[in-house]
Amino acid sequence: MLKVNNIETWYDLIRALHGISFEIKEGDIVALLGSNGAGKTTTLKTIMRLFYDLKEEQPEKGTIEFMGERIDRKDTAEIVKMGIGYVPEGREVFPELTVMENITIGAYTRNDRAGVKADMENVFHHFPILKERKGQQAGLMSGGEQQMLAIGRALMSRPKLLMLDEPSLGLSPILTKEIFDIIKNINEKDGVTVLLVEQNVNMALKYSNFAYLLENGRIVRADKPEVLREDEDIKEFYLGIATEQSVKGYKRYRRKVRFR
Amino acid sequence: MPFEQLLIEGLAMGACYGLFGLAVIIIYKTSEVVNFAAGTMAMFSVYIAFHFITFYGFPFWVAFIASLIFAGLLGVFVEFFFLRPAKNPTLLGLIVITIGVQLLLAGLAGWKWGADQQAFSIPFSYQVTYKLLPGFVVSQWAVAVFIIAFIVVTILALFFKFTKIGTAMRATQQNKYAAKIMGIKTDRITAFSWAFSSVIGVTAAMLITARTILDPEFMMEPFLRAFAAAVLGGLMSIPGVLIGGGIVGLIENFFGYLSPAWKPITAFVIIVLVLCIRPSGLFAKHYVKKV
Repeated sequence: MLKVNNIETWYDLIRALHGISFEIKEGDIVALLGSNGAGKTTTLKTIMRLFYDLKEEQPEKGTIEFMGERIDRKDTAEIVKMGIGYVPEGREVFPELTVMENITIGAYTRNDRAGVKADMENVFHHFPILKERKGQQAGLMSGGEQQMLAIGRALMSRPKLLMLDEPSLGLSPILTKEIFDIIKNINEKDGVTVLLVEQNVNMALKYSNFAYLLENGRIVRADKPEVLREDEDIKEFYLGIATEQSVKGYKRYRRKVRFR
Repeated sequence: MPFEQLLIEGLAMGACYGLFGLAVIIIYKTSEVVNFAAGTMAMFSVYIAFHFITFYGFPFWVAFIASLIFAGLLGVFVEFFFLRPAKNPTLLGLIVITIGVQLLLAGLAGWKWGADQQAFSIPFSYQVTYKLLPGFVVSQWAVAVFIIAFIVVTILALFFKFTKIGTAMRATQQNKYAAKIMGIKTDRITAFSWAFSSVIGVTAAMLITARTILDPEFMMEPFLRAFAAAVLGGLMSIPGVLIGGGIVGLIENFFGYLSPAWKPITAFVIIVLVLCIRPSGLFAKHYVKKV
């Protein structure tokens, strides 16, 4: 469904993505994992073409295909219309609009009123709290509610692919689990493919069908979560299960991973 | 002049400033650019109406509508050809561009119509007066100002609340990045808000011409007053600007009556004092981003 082929993105003279390729199949939940500065958010922003302001030719190299069509030179509005929904990092709701207005603006690119209304009901079905808070200003809600609103808002464009950037950011473990359950539900019931960017590797591996691990702008692992879970490096550096001690008895902080 | 009359005239002038202040803040809210060309753009559009009336002999209302349309196009033109091409613009750079536009348009108007004062009158005279209550004398002009200001503000409120593009404009004002993600073409929204602001500006300028004369400089001072009103209101809220306009108009009128020499200055002195106490204006709201 989404095919990213060897893309490179630059921030001025710094190369943030060193040629990333991955593929998302329809109906999957795919996780994109990595620590701070690995290039996860940059990847999503490149797909959405949000660097257009910075430089017109981003990604500088490589192609992005969505449903068999190239989108790496398209406008963000067109990409949204084609069916990619994006929940940005840190929610980014419209603080002075009401919850209802926030949700309505999510359907900005659509013109079918009946469909929008049905989708609104669907969003309220997934997030009953939003229905209660309909008339409230979005900026006055709690972080978790804002996250739900951001997901609901993205669903209003009826995306085929939903990209979530750190939905667990700043949320309690219980709330994180709740949000992940809802994401799973959206994936299964509405048939929306999900691309999940996470630092919370443990959670993301539990809910995804396939995972990519990013490090310094390169993909260093790509496998099923069951396999990755057993990987020594991932266990040690991402899941925090210290297993191995070096010969000298020091704790290792990083193992050199080769680019593949 | 009796007290009541000063009050009414002050409020009417204040409504003009408020309307013009709206033109300033609509652009400020969408792009954080203070449009220093607002006054001159409005002046230029009024000259278009003047041209239609004097040289082509059109009735006032036709000329008025023509100048509204021209103002809208001028707004889009300025945004598209002066501001948008700026590469990696800083806010200050954009503001300097608007000053450039102001100089350019002032020069153009002086070249086309000359720097002399022209005879231009709108159908609402302030010499025709009505007696509403004993003591309250209202000029036809003031009545027109109140009605037009009311209509414009109502339309604005309904537009921002209920239309799709109005909601999109508010969304862009609050979070441009998120608006882009929703598929809103923020460039177009900016262009549209320039057109919108320009149209409101010319409406206010038409009303102001009735009290002054028409020459290429006539909007400079009202623009500064309107800007002061907008700052007083916090540069962000629409009711704030209207109230700010009212305050500026009243202060100016009352002090102008007491000592005419101080008329142009008093309003600004009061504003400086207010801003010393509340630097963000009287009605500014600030949202802190929650993580």
